[in-house]
Amino acid sequence: MAEYDRYLTEDSRGDFKHRNSVLNALHLDGWLLALLVALVTYGFFVLFSASDGSQAALIRQARNFAIATVAMLVASQIRLDTYYRWAPLFYVAALLLLVAVPLFGVGAKGAQRWLSLGVIRFQPSELMKLAMPLMVASWFSRQGIPPRPRSLLGALMIIALPAGLIVIQPDLGTSLLVAASGLFVVFMAGVSWWYIAGAATLFLMSAWPAWLFVLKDYQKQRILTLLDPESDKLGAGWNIIQSKTAIGSGGWSGKGWLSGTQSHLDFLPESQTDFIIAVLAEELGLRGVVLLLIIYALIIWRGFAISVRAQTGFGRLLASSITLTFFVYVFVNMGMVAGILPVVGVPLPLVSAGGTSIVTLMLGFGVLMAVSAEKRVIRQ
Amino acid sequence: MAPREAIRDTGREAEIHRGRVLTASVIVLLALSVLFYRYYGLQIDNYQQFLTQSERNRVRLEALPPTRGLIFDRNGQLLASNEPSQLLAVVVERADDLSILLDRIESLIGLDAEERARFQERRRRSRPYDAVPLKLRLSDEETAVIGVHRHTLPGATIEAQLTRAYPHGDLLSHVLGYVGRINQQETLRIAEDRYRGTFHIGKVGLEKYYEDVLLGRVGNQNIEANAHGRVLRVLDQEAPFPGKDLKLHLDLELQRVAAAALGEQRGAVVALDPRNGGVLALVSKPGFDGNLFVNGISAKAYSELRDSPDTPLLNRAIQGQYPPGSTVKPMLALAGLELGLITPETTVKDPGWYQIPGDSRRYRDWILRIRGTGHAPEVDMRMAIAESCDVYYYDLARNLGIDRLSEGLAPYGFGQVTGIDITSEQRGILPSRAWKREKLDQPWYPGETLSVGIGQGYMLATPLQLAQAAMVVANRGFAYSPTLVSRVDGEARVSPRREQVVASPAHWSAVIAAMMDVVHNPAGTASAIGKDLAYTIAGKTGTSQVIGIAQDAVYDEENINARHRNHGWFMAFAPVDSPRIAIAVLAENGGGSSAAYPVARAVMDAWLTRDQDG
Repeated sequence: MAEYDRYLTEDSRGDFKHRNSVLNALHLDGWLLALLVALVTYGFFVLFSASDGSQAALIRQARNFAIATVAMLVASQIRLDTYYRWAPLFYVAALLLLVAVPLFGVGAKGAQRWLSLGVIRFQPSELMKLAMPLMVASWFSRQGIPPRPRSLLGALMIIALPAGLIVIQPDLGTSLLVAASGLFVVFMAGVSWWYIAGAATLFLMSAWPAWLFVLKDYQKQRILTLLDPESDKLGAGWNIIQSKTAIGSGGWSGKGWLSGTQSHLDFLPESQTDFIIAVLAEELGLRGVVLLLIIYALIIWRGFAISVRAQTGFGRLLASSITLTFFVYVFVNMGMVAGILPVVGVPLPLVSAGGTSIVTLMLGFGVLMAVSAEKRVIRQ
Repeated sequence: MAPREAIRDTGREAEIHRGRVLTASVIVLLALSVLFYRYYGLQIDNYQQFLTQSERNRVRLEALPPTRGLIFDRNGQLLASNEPSQLLAVVVERADDLSILLDRIESLIGLDAEERARFQERRRRSRPYDAVPLKLRLSDEETAVIGVHRHTLPGATIEAQLTRAYPHGDLLSHVLGYVGRINQQETLRIAEDRYRGTFHIGKVGLEKYYEDVLLGRVGNQNIEANAHGRVLRVLDQEAPFPGKDLKLHLDLELQRVAAAALGEQRGAVVALDPRNGGVLALVSKPGFDGNLFVNGISAKAYSELRDSPDTPLLNRAIQGQYPPGSTVKPMLALAGLELGLITPETTVKDPGWYQIPGDSRRYRDWILRIRGTGHAPEVDMRMAIAESCDVYYYDLARNLGIDRLSEGLAPYGFGQVTGIDITSEQRGILPSRAWKREKLDQPWYPGETLSVGIGQGYMLATPLQLAQAAMVVANRGFAYSPTLVSRVDGEARVSPRREQVVASPAHWSAVIAAMMDVVHNPAGTASAIGKDLAYTIAGKTGTSQVIGIAQDAVYDEENINARHRNHGWFMAFAPVDSPRIAIAVLAENGGGSSAAYPVARAVMDAWLTRDQDG
């Protein structure tokens, strides 16, 4: 793709070193890989405790990571221009699957989010988490950066369509996260601060009508529970009270690995999945939390670094928005378990048990790797 | 690609991007700081609060209720035991919907409004995650039904407990009393921490009197439980102290004999050991099954007991108050002898009635109705006791006057509680001028003295009081407080000896000889039990009127309402030379003493002709 090569920045050309030929050959970023390995290892220790030393849980998680690693390796081998070309098709496919959900989907707990393909059940909204930044990034790359009002409008439509489909499943949390992954691209593309300020104002102004007419009762309940968990001690407030108790009782140094009473005596709900950070905080204390925050911060730093060094606008947008999305998962999960955000179904990235999110996240990192490998590909 | 892309400024693009990444980095750092700040707040600032909370989640202080002390008879026969049983409890926090759960339990094993109300009351006093008792003492079937449906009854648990049981049912109901569930008034009265984990308390009888001793001391344990209320391990434990066992003077076999001898007759038997005041048998008929009360008697069964005209809940032996009738005569004779008003040889003319000089009213002797005349033209003290001559005692009573008469009877314990170790004892009435002034605000009339002289009129006594009086006579003046319990946890409980009546040995002998005539002389009123005796008995019969008979009216036993028939009494002790048993028998509406003395004979036979103990 000749045109594509022309957009390489001059200064990036001297950056390349034959530092690590094996990693280079595999299109892997050494730093990022090391940090991911550290995170996953750390997460395994926490999950081992959270599952009461269940071997089956560990094996299941290891299998998930095996699949996810393969997915990441595959994703990192794909040339960036391939992503660039295939992004619209991928997006449309994910969109069609989302449309299929209300028609053929299976429900759980009053919401239809799943598609069943024989033995595998998966959420098309998870696919969209990846398709969205790809599509919006490719859109802006085509339309030019910084975006002009017309391309901005197009991007907003690209974002709104799947977000709307997910909202009606209904899954407000995922919808917001999917929308966010698209909006991050808009932000990274350099949309004017005036637009951002205007959008923020509009958002705040729409909060009251949204509360009255859009939000469903259980969604309002989650927000109310967040504000006052004591109001419903044994119902919706139970999770938050117990997770805060678990976190708080960990103190600075924690109760010791495998010794968390809140988690091991079943007071903590969802201790292997969404609430696993509470297990970590209870058993390893604040220092364990800080260590986790540092690992996450380094991963985010590395993601940004890759994006800054990316050779093309597409790569820059893709890498930075994937990184930001990753960060948002961390923030939302740790915030909701600690009781400062409403409870939405967001797992703690790469620590919580659960296949879909791990595969999606690793696919994202695979794309990041592909971005970081871009310059080398070009050299070769 | 579109030609427009060729004019892109890639440098500016990268610059914009770097700016945005910088902004994003700042936002990310700020957001991570917010997270750190939040976790710091939870884990450092509020560490103690959350640690306490998590400990409270995990650790539960559980009461270990003590086992209640057992009650044995003098030979070690078990009279009150603790039987294992199952109870259904509910951990309210684990129930999805409490009212649905209760309805479901009701449809499975039944649940009345009372049980629901008690449950709510207990629930109010319980702590979170406590298993609150709902239905006590499940039958095996109920336990099985709950077990089968357990998965549909979240929050319901079956727990084992020990329940009081009275293996001899109504035979000992008036001795042992019973325990029952702690009610609201008792909740206010008792020390709540002594009763943690204990649902029962002694309500009447020995169970109530010895509640403190029988209860024991509650133990504690800290247990670790998971969120579902399942106990995982015991962290530490302070063992409970079981209640102390009681050993009674009472002899189960003798009790059986006494109850059997009384048969269907309403009444009471109290047999004492005159050598220590120990209660050998104490029967009140009819009785009831104390087991009914342990876990809450149904309203229907209770009202049947309460409203029965036979008043089975009344402990006649200590609460039934009856005119003692002629049984007081030996005691009055002794008072007359001591005061010098009579000698054993003094005689009184007996036409069958008595008149106070200057008063036209005739005080009739009971014999008049049978013979149409008196016992004999001249009646002496011995005959007056043996044949129970009323005229002799009308005369003696008039000579004594109410003051000396009252003082003469008081040392036997009339008009006062005996101090037996069961609650709710009645004191009876020993009439006196002061008593009548206080109770009725009336002066004493001389004619009333004559009624008291034959144990009628205002005078009332319990069977226990008469048994005590028999003990005083048997011991020639001294007695011990009647007592049921001989040992508390092996430690002897000694009843103090009390000097009751002081009289000369000769006077005692004269009176006791006359009391022997009651049984051993063919003319004696209880000579029917005088045959084939292997030992000697001194006794006195008594017949007391339930309703006043108008002057000159005739008491017609055949045509009188069964509940208006006379009470029959017999008080006695044996053997006369070295008394080993003192007894009082009341046959309520028995018609006369003939309903009472065979019972006494049967009990004394059983006690004195056996090898051991007697």
